[in-house]
Amino acid sequence: MNDYTWLVPLPVVLPLTGAGLALALWRHGRAQRVITLVALTLTLVASCLLLVLADSGPLVVDVGGWSSPVGISLVADRLSSLMLAISSAVTLAVLVYSLAQGFADGDEETPVAIYHPSYLVLAAGVAIAFLAGDLFNLYVGFEVLLAASYVLITLTGTAERVRSGTIYIVVALLSSVIFLLAIGLTYSATGTVNMAQLAQRLPDIDPGVSLVLQLLLLLAFGIKAAIFPLSAWLPDSYPTAPAPVTAVFAGLLTKVGVYAIIRIQTLLFPEGRADDLLMWAALATMVVGILGAVAQNDIKRLLSFTLVSHIGFMIFGIALSSEAGVAAAIFYVVHHITVQTTLFLVAGLIERRGGTTSLDQLGGLAKIAPVLAILFFVPAMNLAGIPPFSGFLGKTGLLQAGVTSGTPLAYALVAGGVVTSLLTLYALVKAWNKAFWQTAPADVPVVRLPRAMVGSAGALVLLGISLTVVAGPLYAYTERASHDLRARIYIEAVLPEGGRGSGVSDDVAGEETQGEETQ
Amino acid sequence: MTVDMTPNLTLVVVIGVLVAAGVYLMLERSLSRVLIGIILVGNGINLTFLVASGAAGGAPIVGMTDTDEMSDPLPQAMVLTAIVITLGMTAFLLALAYRSWQLHRHDEVQDDVEDRRIARIAAYDQAIYADMDTEDTVSDLDRDAAEARDETQSSDDDAEPVGAR
Repeated sequence: MNDYTWLVPLPVVLPLTGAGLALALWRHGRAQRVITLVALTLTLVASCLLLVLADSGPLVVDVGGWSSPVGISLVADRLSSLMLAISSAVTLAVLVYSLAQGFADGDEETPVAIYHPSYLVLAAGVAIAFLAGDLFNLYVGFEVLLAASYVLITLTGTAERVRSGTIYIVVALLSSVIFLLAIGLTYSATGTVNMAQLAQRLPDIDPGVSLVLQLLLLLAFGIKAAIFPLSAWLPDSYPTAPAPVTAVFAGLLTKVGVYAIIRIQTLLFPEGRADDLLMWAALATMVVGILGAVAQNDIKRLLSFTLVSHIGFMIFGIALSSEAGVAAAIFYVVHHITVQTTLFLVAGLIERRGGTTSLDQLGGLAKIAPVLAILFFVPAMNLAGIPPFSGFLGKTGLLQAGVTSGTPLAYALVAGGVVTSLLTLYALVKAWNKAFWQTAPADVPVVRLPRAMVGSAGALVLLGISLTVVAGPLYAYTERASHDLRARIYIEAVLPEGGRGSGVSDDVAGEETQGEETQ
Repeated sequence: MTVDMTPNLTLVVVIGVLVAAGVYLMLERSLSRVLIGIILVGNGINLTFLVASGAAGGAPIVGMTDTDEMSDPLPQAMVLTAIVITLGMTAFLLALAYRSWQLHRHDEVQDDVEDRRIARIAAYDQAIYADMDTEDTVSDLDRDAAEARDETQSSDDDAEPVGAR
């Protein structure tokens, strides 16, 4: 325990306070912008501090002074704080992009009064989900970020957004209901929802019941992470939203699902009984997703399908159930959050410059807008996994971990991963050829791209490149994070000696949960 | 201290009926029915928390009820949270259904534009998209989306949507 635990709730508190202020000041657009910018900047600072501090052991806060299995705990271990840091960086960059878009276009696409509070709530929800120390708090985090995402995806309520938003919301609600059911059953089986305590108690309950709980949780998170065959909602709903919204959804929302899967697979169910199932799901996600991308003729839809496809890589790493596999998966999540967000932001710029996202009607952009071409080319090659970019390093890590594991299924996944990378390259090169080469269509609108929009997209491109530069330390960090997860130091951190966190709790409250074990 | 954890049969049956009816309604086309389905399933799941809390007991307040006879307060707290969340989501979906009615005069959940397009193209056995280099005819998703009509829309439905001005 050190004195910096007060930092842990900040990534939740700051955006939520900002959201409240922004809502109260809904008439004052300028004040709202400043509030959002300040709140997210401070969140980024707090998250980066956590990233450094968590490297010397998890930081645990027992909220309200109630000790751990009774009260709610927030836990920032290496995995959580790494996710927090990268997601705060991405949310801030996307915010700057949307501010610039707002200045250039007026408030048509992003009505400030609604957009800013929802965006802050989304950031807070993501932070709650990353920091949650018990399953129910994780559920609340999911609901907070989903509620904000419902508002953002149907922003301005056009016919197309209402159509796609309806499907998105119904699917998300269904997955929440499944998650809730899983929590209810977990509680009746173990008498707790605290993750550390669950990790201690789950091995004692009937293995069949434990498997049912695991599969229910995987189903709920699988829908959120868009794992095939639970991914069909994603490519239809994301592309219709405004570019910054799509970008932040693509970067963060599915990764929160992936984070939850990492957490339950390593902490609650370390036996790896669902690994084969996850392996097959990962293979299907990679291959089906990328085949969808190859068939697309619209750049935003193409990117949505690559998003689904590359979720498969992360699931592959998790399903390997080895230290190397999980480390590579975490690295891949960090890489993918950055690169996928960048690509969607750049797609927004392409739409602005070329007037459309249809690859048939774009052309010659390399000549018309050379800076834009660079902004697209670098993250595209990064996503496809061309050395020396971080995509290559992440994929290499995954393939190495797969080969080390050595099972026939792992080899099949390695082959599937290589094929998927090649097809990603094919799909992106096709997009490049059609949009940036070829002769330009006759009627390209003359638009100047706002500096700050290009600047924020450029900053994310640089962040993507810098992941290569700091790949050594970063990869070492993910390896330590993965080691923590395998060693399950989480339990010891939340429930130090005697199974009680710091803080107050009556003994009666402790006994009360004991009885339920006897089911 | 052991607690009687035998599930209450009435609750289990009610949960089964609610979830079954809810799932049936969710498979409908109309968003209002889907919404009712979600509410039913949500309530069914909320009831599982009552099963999870074991046999009913007295109010869980120290000094009021003997500790052994208290009912478990934690699932009740969780179920309250879940009810509030469901309420908020229901309100949002209702607003969305109303918006859909404003725009289209119905609240049917429409087909994926691309599904529709692929089905049509497959019926004619055409290429998935026309190549700019070889052909003049261009079909893209925006236009198809604009042209796509629901089978639920009747032909006399060309009037301006209520919400548009």
